[in-house]
Amino acid sequence: MTLNAFLFQALNGLSSASGLFLIAAGLSLIFGVTRIVNIAHGSLYMLGTYIAYSFATKIGGGLGFWGGIIATAIVVGMLGALIEFLLLRRIYRAPELFQLLATFALVLIINDAALYIWGPEDLLGPRAPGLRGAVEIFGRRLPSYDLFLIFVGPAVLLALYFALARTRFGRLVRAATQDREMVGALGVNQAILFTSVFALGAALAGLGGALQVAREPANLATDLIAIGDAFVVVVVGGMGSIAGAYLAAVIIAEVKALCIGIGVVHFGMFSVNFSKFTLVAEFLVMAVVLIARPYGLLGRPQAAVRSVAEPEDPIRPATPLLKALAAVVLALLLCLPLLAQNSPYLLILGIDVLIAVLFATSLHFIMGPGGMHSFGHSAYFGLGAYGAALLVKWLAAPMGVALIAAPIVALGGALLFGWFAVRLSGVYLAMLTLAFAQIVWAAVFQWEELTGGSNGVIGVWPPPPFDKASVYFLLALVLTVIGVLLLRRFLFAPFGYAMRAGRDSALRAEAIGIDVKRVHWLAFAVAGCVCGVAGGLFAFAKGSISPETISVGRSIDGLVMVLLGGIQTITGPIVGASVFATLQDMVMRQTEYWRALLGAIILFLVLAFPQGIVGAVAQLFGKRRKGQTP
Amino acid sequence: MSVLDLRSLSKSFGGVHAVNAVSFAIRRGEFLAMIGPNGAGKSTCFNMINGQLAPDSGTILLEGKNIAGLAPRDIWRLGVGRTFQVAATFGSMTVVENVQMALISHAGEIYRLWRPAASLYRARALDLLAQVGMREAADRPSRALAYGDVKRIELAIALANEPRLLLMDEPTAGMGARERHELIQLVKKLVVERGISVLFTEHSMDVVFAYADRIVVLARGRLIADGDAAAIRANAQVREVYFGTGKTFAGAVS
Repeated sequence: MTLNAFLFQALNGLSSASGLFLIAAGLSLIFGVTRIVNIAHGSLYMLGTYIAYSFATKIGGGLGFWGGIIATAIVVGMLGALIEFLLLRRIYRAPELFQLLATFALVLIINDAALYIWGPEDLLGPRAPGLRGAVEIFGRRLPSYDLFLIFVGPAVLLALYFALARTRFGRLVRAATQDREMVGALGVNQAILFTSVFALGAALAGLGGALQVAREPANLATDLIAIGDAFVVVVVGGMGSIAGAYLAAVIIAEVKALCIGIGVVHFGMFSVNFSKFTLVAEFLVMAVVLIARPYGLLGRPQAAVRSVAEPEDPIRPATPLLKALAAVVLALLLCLPLLAQNSPYLLILGIDVLIAVLFATSLHFIMGPGGMHSFGHSAYFGLGAYGAALLVKWLAAPMGVALIAAPIVALGGALLFGWFAVRLSGVYLAMLTLAFAQIVWAAVFQWEELTGGSNGVIGVWPPPPFDKASVYFLLALVLTVIGVLLLRRFLFAPFGYAMRAGRDSALRAEAIGIDVKRVHWLAFAVAGCVCGVAGGLFAFAKGSISPETISVGRSIDGLVMVLLGGIQTITGPIVGASVFATLQDMVMRQTEYWRALLGAIILFLVLAFPQGIVGAVAQLFGKRRKGQTP
Repeated sequence: MSVLDLRSLSKSFGGVHAVNAVSFAIRRGEFLAMIGPNGAGKSTCFNMINGQLAPDSGTILLEGKNIAGLAPRDIWRLGVGRTFQVAATFGSMTVVENVQMALISHAGEIYRLWRPAASLYRARALDLLAQVGMREAADRPSRALAYGDVKRIELAIALANEPRLLLMDEPTAGMGARERHELIQLVKKLVVERGISVLFTEHSMDVVFAYADRIVVLARGRLIADGDAAAIRANAQVREVYFGTGKTFAGAVS
């Protein structure tokens, strides 16, 4: 690559950085003050592009375009205020994970709302009036609009900097970022502060999205892509640091632009196409930064959040009632192939539920007792599924071998990723695990020669007699029951106790000789390994595997399952996964807008059962028992 | 031989010499109090001994072996028990499980995957609880206990690895006068029976002067006095750091 081409790509990177910065700055502001990681921030960004498109095409001209961009920021800001007022205000005191779940429900709802209003087609807005031309720089033509965007990022950065440094509102925001309880204790009206911060953050996201209207089409997949990018930027820059967000946005946009610019490079016999590494590169930057500076480039260690979560009860062996119940359920499941002879669909659903149970239970293993909130559990599912499928595809391995290989491949991935992940905690751990899952996804997606890229691997069918749904169901049942019981056994053994000890008080655990990081690392590996079994089962159940089945969505599904069931109980994930998988299946068959419906259901459950289903039932019984013996 | 021997231990944070060339030793079976006004370097000193901080220079000899810079868990394995200033237990476990956890770790069995932990070393854990007077609370969740009781649980946990040295960071912080004396009497009884040496920091002078065999005094990172209760009471420098020189009063009267 020539120097000119290199510099040109660097300029391109700067103009992408502005969009990244706007969304990340809003996310960072909101997190700093409210301590909520707003997953729906990408959705607000997406809405920005759609709304600006409508303004630009309906009103048209300079007013419709430039005025529309400003109006969009205001509209999205107002929408943000509404969301804060109606929803988030009710869950500030809920456990962190519930807030994530609620904002994820918003992602689903907003996505379907956009589908309803604007339809499924990509919508490309008009070119910017007044900036239609291009400027010749470094021997190439750079659209003047892109040049304009380069300046937007620093301008907003400066404006935010002065607003935060010089105004009363800014002082309150900075104070609340450091210690929101203290700000509340000093008599500041937190409700208004939180609403206005959320509105400001949303407006920034809306502005960021609106500015893209002349550059990229409005697209329904933007929300998750944008939030993924924004997470990376915020975590690399440091949660709550606006300047850090800009720095990180520039670094990441530059790395991506340079990957594209470098293109194919020949190293002797090998040739590497760097433009295929953009997805991996972004997350590699994040992984490297987090390992070197666990709180991001300009971030500080998070102020201790005074925990409001309901403390967990000691675990007890299953009561006779629970054991009997489990036996009945198991017996029913064993009979299902007989009962479902006339409705084979029930068995397919049953297999899906079993895989979901194994997936959720393994996730709960590290999330609950380990206290590690993994946002990337799909990585181990994917490694298991692809491990099995690729063995079949390339080596024509029999199913038995492939199903044994699945957990081994996943174990390898979990050992590698977990080693890094256990060095962090809280939101940072969540984001790092997400990054690793994205790396797996990107590797699968972009390594076409091995994995078939976006087409995936097909023809992974089980041999007879497992090709019959009833027999495969029984196989899945046996493996799931073994997996669940093993994990349960581990939790009651010293290892599980050591996990909980490390979570309850790492300081105390270290002071009685427990190597907390090592225990959590091994727990991570165990969970990944069991999750790999679920992945292997999935590949053979569907006969194929594709990148989208191991995307971020699956990780989030897992979180929803665990939280639905209740994170504090060991039976929780089983119930949660069963309910979720069945619900998803039912809802998906009912309506085109199943995402919105699912989102609404999740919101209802979050607001109605803050301890999850099993937790709520347990609490109900607990109260009754207390009532009987006053 | 001394159980613990600190030799010119130093630690700075930025430009502040939190602990500056501090040396003292603890003899076997000794009940040694470390006192000093706020900011004297007691906690820093303490955290270097228990492994939470690595000293900039100096050595910490535990029965002749330098433990400076080792991780807390490794120091624990060498026979050093500890309690925290803000008592820390495993909130999701019962009282007896908290003690069992320490016993399991002491036996090197935390990586076992099969036998239920609740069945391991329960009898010994109950015995330890009985010694601190908490046998009845054994099966209650530890987070449901009163603060004074949590301190007793911590003591039971700290005794689980049969330590030679016990480090107690303000063992009676946040407790009433009666509770305070009861707890220290209990500690004293248990360590005398076992021949354990104790190093503790303390703010309540009644406890210090009533129970400590010997007292070391830190001020602004330096060791300014080392002796028994009578010697420390009589020490002019100690009076000065605690009460000032008294000259201001003299000036006002004349």
